[in-house]
Amino acid sequence: MSKTSLRTSPAEGGLGDEPLLAVEDLHVEFVTRAGIVRAVNGVSYSLNPGETLAVLGESGSGKSVTAQAIMGILDMPPARIPKGEIRFRGTDLLKLSDEARTQVRGQRISMIFQDALSALNPVFTVGWQISEMFRVHRGMNKRDAMAKAVELMDRVRIPAAKQRVNDYPHQFSGGMRQRIMIAMSIALDPEVLIADEPTTALDVTVQAQIMELLAELQRESNMGLILITHDLGVVADVADKIAVMYAGRIVENAPVYDIYRAPAHPYTKGLLESIPRVDQKGQELYAIKGLPPNLLDMPTGCAFHPRCPYRQDNCVTDAPPLYGISGARNSACHYWREVLDGDPR
Amino acid sequence: MATQGERILEVRDLVKHFPLTQGIMFKKQIGAIKAVDGVSFELNKGETLGIVGESGCGKSTLAKVLMALERPTSGSVVVNGRDMARAKGAELKRMRRNIQMVMQDPYTSLNPRMTVGDIVGEPFEIHTEVAPKGDRRRKVQELLEVVGLNPDHINRYPHQFSGGQRQRIGIARGLALQPEIIVCDEPVSALDVSIQAQVINLLERLQNEFGLAYIFIAHDLSVVRHISDRVAVMYLGKMVELGKDLEIYDRPAHPYTQALLSAVPVPDPEGRESRERIILQGDPPSPANPPSGCRFRTRCWKAQEICATEEPLLQIRPGTAHLSACHFAETHDVVHAG
Repeated sequence: MSKTSLRTSPAEGGLGDEPLLAVEDLHVEFVTRAGIVRAVNGVSYSLNPGETLAVLGESGSGKSVTAQAIMGILDMPPARIPKGEIRFRGTDLLKLSDEARTQVRGQRISMIFQDALSALNPVFTVGWQISEMFRVHRGMNKRDAMAKAVELMDRVRIPAAKQRVNDYPHQFSGGMRQRIMIAMSIALDPEVLIADEPTTALDVTVQAQIMELLAELQRESNMGLILITHDLGVVADVADKIAVMYAGRIVENAPVYDIYRAPAHPYTKGLLESIPRVDQKGQELYAIKGLPPNLLDMPTGCAFHPRCPYRQDNCVTDAPPLYGISGARNSACHYWREVLDGDPR
Repeated sequence: MATQGERILEVRDLVKHFPLTQGIMFKKQIGAIKAVDGVSFELNKGETLGIVGESGCGKSTLAKVLMALERPTSGSVVVNGRDMARAKGAELKRMRRNIQMVMQDPYTSLNPRMTVGDIVGEPFEIHTEVAPKGDRRRKVQELLEVVGLNPDHINRYPHQFSGGQRQRIGIARGLALQPEIIVCDEPVSALDVSIQAQVINLLERLQNEFGLAYIFIAHDLSVVRHISDRVAVMYLGKMVELGKDLEIYDRPAHPYTQALLSAVPVPDPEGRESRERIILQGDPPSPANPPSGCRFRTRCWKAQEICATEEPLLQIRPGTAHLSACHFAETHDVVHAG
């Protein structure tokens, strides 16, 4: 697969039925001394231009590993992808050569990380690091690339960009560092941006600034945004659709309004109910009992069954498929009707 | 929620400055980080005071001073009528027994080479009068049971527990000396969402059972609202607003509190387009060189000349029912957390 065939041709513009990015039945496992850790077990989701997909899940749910597989930054070994497809504009990225993959990574699909301080190189100036994108991918000379870096820093609203372009990462605050990361990620006008917990390390007022910036950049360039987070508040604010992950699988996916109005999986329902609400003051919070499963030793049947208030006998033996509920809604629970109806636990 | 009792903690004009020095042989002080700069509040038995604020506002330094881990630069911390800031030796040791702490990160605040029994029982080594030697193992097992852990796991090591269980170990250690006050510094922020509720429920149950008073430091405003009787908002070493939880959340008077509350994402997408959102520009200034007058004025949309010249005091302002430190305080209902 050559680089040119990945370029957007006018015919591709409409996209037809093919979404911008489609993950299909993706499996990722890690070979460790303790055994094979199945971090991702058959994840499918899709993203269209201008759309925001939130991937919600706790630590160990496989949400970041899926993103790393899309970016092609998993260390292989120990990781391996035994099964699945990641189609970007109809091309399976997993079948591309390393060189072709490099052309996609950073240019067409790019990523920002949770911890901007450790993602930036402390011994190079931020200007150098941002302009590297243009030097490496666009073959610009140093001066032009540096001018582009200043332009980008302006675009992500770093005050006095011209003076600060030669500063080092430690001279910036947490919010500003995250802006620099965002500047690097949008440098080459990617079509998909993956944001892995972009605001988790930041204060709420700075979080609001960064989320607003991301939304604005998305409006300007019509990128697809995959937002990986565990924060139900951030998701409610910006997402168009949500995929909830648990133990390496998607347990529910739906448009954002549907999920908050009436969740169709007991895990999603439990998460939403455990948020402290005003009218519950002084009462015990609803807590999902038990612990997330050990990926080395997964429960049989439905991975959520040891913690589930809706459990029946067949949940222990049969893993539920992703049942279609309506249009864009799915739930991996045998008893999604009962959960939707809000029957008492 | 908790029964209002007698006053057990009174903090007056507490100041903690960390000196900035220059030179190697002859150290010369060239300034100070004003981490906590004149904070006053009190705490009653069985009450929970929530402290919210962004990183760098001095809330963790405040916790350390309350624990007598740092000596205050000036001001007093009066516990049960005695000033801890001036106490020394045996008296200080006795007073420390009464205030214990639960830390943020259950992964780094437990020694990986000690068993759970040793970790929870270590306070007894220092305060031997609480539990005689032969009695300790039984006491530790009792504590583990109180926080919902299996008492048979007394010989296990921290790595054998999950994050939520480790936080329970930290709580058991905090309870060991039967303190009246527990300072919780971000006790749930390192935990997964589904586990947070379990730990909050535990803290509330223990409060009712033992009549504990909590200083609950957190940045998650919906958690603070759930657990607190009163809430204090800090900005750059100062308290800017202090009042009953409902007052603060429903009728915030200080612009910073309003901005903070409006910035919290609401976990409900209904009406998200029409939600009012005050987005502050820039970052908090450095506590080494805070702005004159009101410290929030550099980011405030209400700032006028008086804000630069005159520092607003924390007092009840016209038209509001609780303490706030703003010349132009007025209540404003912003969309609030949770």
